[in-house]
Amino acid sequence: MLRSGNPVASRVLIYLLAVIWVVITIYPLIFLVQNSFKTSTEFFMGDVWTLPGRFSLANYQKVWATHFARFLANSLFVVSISLLILLLAGSSAAFGLSRIRFRLSGFFYYLFVGGLTIPVHITLIPVYIITRNLGIYDTLWALVGPFVAFNMPVAVFVLASFMADIPASLEEAGYIDGASRFQVFWNIVLPISRPAVTAVGIYNAVILWNEFIFPLVLINSTWKRPLTLALWNFQGEFSADVPAMMAALLLSMLPLLIFYAVTKERLIEGLVAGAIKG
Amino acid sequence: MKKHNFLAALLFVLPALLIYCFYFVYPIPASAYYSLFRWNGISPQKLYLGFGNWVKLVQDELFWKSLTNNLILVVASIVIQLPMALALGLLISSQLRGARLFKLLYFIPMMLSAVAIGITWKFIYEPNFGLLNGGLRLFGLDSLARGWLGEPRLALAAVIATICWQFIPFYMVIFAAALAGIPQELLEAAYIDGASPAVSFFRITLPLLRNTIRTAAILSLTGSLKYFGLIYVMTEGGPDHATELLATYMYKQAFTGFRMGYGSTVAVFMFLISFLLTVLVLRLGKREAVYA
Repeated sequence: MLRSGNPVASRVLIYLLAVIWVVITIYPLIFLVQNSFKTSTEFFMGDVWTLPGRFSLANYQKVWATHFARFLANSLFVVSISLLILLLAGSSAAFGLSRIRFRLSGFFYYLFVGGLTIPVHITLIPVYIITRNLGIYDTLWALVGPFVAFNMPVAVFVLASFMADIPASLEEAGYIDGASRFQVFWNIVLPISRPAVTAVGIYNAVILWNEFIFPLVLINSTWKRPLTLALWNFQGEFSADVPAMMAALLLSMLPLLIFYAVTKERLIEGLVAGAIKG
Repeated sequence: MKKHNFLAALLFVLPALLIYCFYFVYPIPASAYYSLFRWNGISPQKLYLGFGNWVKLVQDELFWKSLTNNLILVVASIVIQLPMALALGLLISSQLRGARLFKLLYFIPMMLSAVAIGITWKFIYEPNFGLLNGGLRLFGLDSLARGWLGEPRLALAAVIATICWQFIPFYMVIFAAALAGIPQELLEAAYIDGASPAVSFFRITLPLLRNTIRTAAILSLTGSLKYFGLIYVMTEGGPDHATELLATYMYKQAFTGFRMGYGSTVAVFMFLISFLLTVLVLRLGKREAVYA
């Protein structure tokens, strides 16, 4: 956008602004890193700007010893199961709605897509009561249903709009070869829709990994906590040990930051595509 | 050769439909129903109040306070986030060397959970060892140092700043994507005609971004009405309800006070207001589009 030939001064100014925003974005994390290696006394006696006297991993060990691995595993378990169900059920529904013409297809479509703007809070109390009645309160399975249901609108919307643009000739070839509808879905339409499925998968992986309100309402015991809820509860445990809490924060951020480092722009595009469509 | 077959289609749609209806559609009328009772959510007895909870809602000062805070948040989010996001969007889509790196770095906050961000910013705002006061002291501005989340007058602004920190990069990417879609020839033609960068920005770029700005505003609006995690983690709605939002108020009524009936009433109100505001914005959007 900015034409070359701009005076040097404006170029410097733009760089300066760019760097200032980098500092604003990153410094909170550096602040955590820097202080997470300090001992509690060192932290409270010294200045937030100083470097730790020595780089001790004691705080990280302390956090890991809280069964951090268990919380991590809980998150992984719930997110992968929910994601799997969401992608299978969502793409199947998207296929039914976009590739088969039938009465009420419009109604069902708007039923799903209508969910996009609805705040989850309206469902919180009934979901809590349903979960208690099903006898799965305080289990990881309690989270799967809401996690799938709440992301179904965006999944159906993105997948159905992608599938609607697939040329009918591809499907017809399948039907002529005698393939069943399911085979056409599974062997033709689903593979073609891979970019959309990936985008929906990435978007929801991040959303679900960071989900907080359903675990807060549906999980009670320590062992069942996913990472976000565990982190929230660490605040009590480490209330007097700020550096350890900072280590816990960094450890909790690490999985998604690694995911981001690997996927880079694809993750950004997936997140933005999911949200814009939604 | 779309085959017309209701049953076959239904089979494909059914799994998603069942889960969705069970956990998402059914709860909406259920909440409306619960809003007619006084109920702690556990006991088999519900006390029927008719519209009693709704009368209470209208007279509840804390409810009005939450609603006001929520509306302030909506407006502040749109007014602060969108212009800054647009500026950064211009920056990362410029031919500046390192633009890609800037973009990747700027997006990092979007990867972090509301809980992690909330706790981190609690440490930043902390009066004694917090980063912000530390920075002020470093520049000899000790008199400005304070407990940012502890003072009712400041807490809402502090929380809004954190929300901006988290979400500006998100809208930045949306704007950058839209900017990439603007035909380069238009800007080149303007340049040849001697238009300054400012003129071509206001006369060409901005009008072409109109739809994107509208989308971003809707996202920001619906998002701001649902904020919960970050605020709940940072302040739990305090101090003295200074950062109370509809969502935190609803949660506290239902799940810490076990007033499930009244909590449902607040929830139904949230549902109604986000529905109304979304329809309103969409309508306004449509009318503008006709004139455009």
